[in-house]
Amino acid sequence: MSNINIPIVEIFDSTLDIKSTALTFTPSLNVEPILHEIQYAVIKLLKSKQSSIIDLNAMPFAPGEKEKIRQELGNGEVEILLNAMGKSLLFETDYPGVWWIEHYNDEEQVTGTYIEIAHIPEIIQAVDEEISAGLQRLTQTLNDRSESYENE
Amino acid sequence: MKTNKPISVKQTLQNNGVSRRSFMKFCAATASMMALPPGAAKLIAAALEKITRPSVIWLSFQECTGCIESLTRSHSPSIEGLIFDVISLDYQHTLQAAAGESAENARRAAMAENKGEYLLVVDGSIPLKNGGVYSTIAGMSNLEMLKETAKDAAALLCVGSCSAFGGLPNANPNPTGAVAVSDIIKDKPIINVPGCPPIPSVIAGVIVQYLTFGLPELDHLNRPMAFYGQSIHDRCYRRPFYERGQFAESFDDEGARKGWCLYKVGCKGPTTYNACATTKWNNGTSFPIEAGHGCIGCSEPNFWDNGGFYNPLSQTPITDKTNLGVAVAAGVATGVGATLLAKTKQNKTKTPSSNDGENL
Repeated sequence: MSNINIPIVEIFDSTLDIKSTALTFTPSLNVEPILHEIQYAVIKLLKSKQSSIIDLNAMPFAPGEKEKIRQELGNGEVEILLNAMGKSLLFETDYPGVWWIEHYNDEEQVTGTYIEIAHIPEIIQAVDEEISAGLQRLTQTLNDRSESYENE
Repeated sequence: MKTNKPISVKQTLQNNGVSRRSFMKFCAATASMMALPPGAAKLIAAALEKITRPSVIWLSFQECTGCIESLTRSHSPSIEGLIFDVISLDYQHTLQAAAGESAENARRAAMAENKGEYLLVVDGSIPLKNGGVYSTIAGMSNLEMLKETAKDAAALLCVGSCSAFGGLPNANPNPTGAVAVSDIIKDKPIINVPGCPPIPSVIAGVIVQYLTFGLPELDHLNRPMAFYGQSIHDRCYRRPFYERGQFAESFDDEGARKGWCLYKVGCKGPTTYNACATTKWNNGTSFPIEAGHGCIGCSEPNFWDNGGFYNPLSQTPITDKTNLGVAVAAGVATGVGATLLAKTKQNKTKTPSSNDGENL
């Protein structure tokens, strides 16, 4: 993951003056529309409890734009590490309810980047099916133990 | 490679140690690949829970193996890799362990067991000159094998520009009489996934799209609209420079260093329909234009013969003799996008070349 926001032209030619460099790759065309989309999604979450996901892979970003959005959103209090088919990092941003989500594969390459607007990202929440399966395992473990106590 | 019992795709993934959250990641990434809204991940998950692993037979004809390299050399384990768990790949002569008669027997057995239901994937063109002697497998010409295997297929998926349009082997003077699959098979649904090679996640995405939602919406060249619905130019991050009339005139001038539009150094973005500008390559790292080179138009028919990769479209002889190139040049001069015009032409422009082959 890189938070470096260096316009590519500087890599090629550091002698270019800053003004022309800035004109080349900024202002970013995608940053503000996405912030507006987030604003709309937050209002929707508050009013109707409906969550939203924005898929950042589907956007034609210029180099550095995605990092710019990440910077604009900042960091909140919560960071979650999920291990499922590679890591996933879920950051609460500076705006509560707005989550920055990065999915990685086992080789730590990004497989998807999303902004989810929700109380808790959906992928984190356990579902009843899993909870029931877990309860069965726990019950079995306790039964096995009580049987072994009885045998002693 | 083969399974006799019908097992749902979700069950297969779970048997391979894929948890529910992993499955959700898979479905989310698949929705992303298919250019669907993120909420569609749930629809994909529901569909994959129901369907059983479909049989896939993959035939490689006159090709360079670049397409299968593209798919298998992508990051691993990956969504693309998981596709091999989702499908039952019953024949792929580069990947399978079996060889010779046993390989051909596996193909025929899969055809018999899944008659009318298997998906036939083809990469490579089919040479027709001199009885098709330029490419044979197990003593059969590519033409014979294609006809035999396509007969009972549910649909055909042509991976790469060679099977979709004839590709490099079909380039002038086409010494082997190479043609596309669609020049031979006329009675089956054909989905073209062109590119030289196609983007791996697009190959995988089209396969999942077919499995979950059936035949996808196609454009006039049988390409899935979800991936080939917009031009490179439409989705290019350098598009604003085109609108402003800021162009690189050569690869080492100030415009090139500043990342301006590459139209004048031969970029074929305005007439090329593919997902490179958003999906990108090498696990989403970048795509040719981001690396400073124009698009060469590899997902369009006859891209090798379209007048050179470094000539601007305005100097390119368009094969259908429309005034598209001239119009795009006018766009450069005036700063008016030619994309709209290119879009209207998308329904009429180039057709896959078939005139170089012998009569079937």
